[in-house]
Amino acid sequence: MTDLIIFLLLLALGYGFGRYAESKHYQSIIQREAEFRDIPAVTSKFPPLTKPPSDVELVTGSVVISVDYFKRFIAGLRNLIGGRVTAYESLLDRARREAILRMKEEARAFDGYIIFNVKLETSSIHKGRKNGIGAVEVMAYGTVLIKQS
Amino acid sequence: MLVTNIEIIPGKRVTKHLGLVQGSSVRAKHLGRDIMAGLKNIFGGELKGYTELLQESREEAMERMIQQAEAVGANAVLNVRFSTSSIAAGAAELFAYGTAVVLE
Repeated sequence: MTDLIIFLLLLALGYGFGRYAESKHYQSIIQREAEFRDIPAVTSKFPPLTKPPSDVELVTGSVVISVDYFKRFIAGLRNLIGGRVTAYESLLDRARREAILRMKEEARAFDGYIIFNVKLETSSIHKGRKNGIGAVEVMAYGTVLIKQS
Repeated sequence: MLVTNIEIIPGKRVTKHLGLVQGSSVRAKHLGRDIMAGLKNIFGGELKGYTELLQESREEAMERMIQQAEAVGANAVLNVRFSTSSIAAGAAELFAYGTAVVLE
């Protein structure tokens, strides 16, 4: 009986705090994406040769985000019937966008104007119970071009 | 030392290729952070301690790569890649590699 109560409590806590954290995070992501729109991050490998001689600098951004208890439970249920696991999709989406934003923040600190050859690296670093996904790390890196003064 | 992940830098020419250089670092998280991470696994959200830890070890991996590049007499490392792998429960390996070159 107490086990069930603890389980339901954790589920409720995860649902409440998880939803709140996610909506707050999305708000801040959307706001900062608008702020950094003037530094495009592109995946093409070579900067066009028409670009003026520039200084280059490697910029990185990384984030570790954990999934909440409620979502992990829902994803576990999903495993029984198959299909899209939306709980984890939003987790990865948030992590990727956050990593790109942090990379852009670093690029702004260097006064750069465009980021080339952006690569994203994802790894699950902390296994939860029964080897489920506990937390994912996403790292974004690229080369920023800086106007020579 | 110039470190970048593109292969051609506008306005600069590669005069000599010196081959692959690499650096890696394996880190374990300490118990306090693991307990905090366990709590965060209920509530969800960013694990700031882990973010910092991985950032630090990535910088160390890059530092080792740069040392190797200096040892072979390069002044730049091009086409740098990163890779992360969790080799055991509670430990992660951060790996950085690239091509050491001499730029004019």
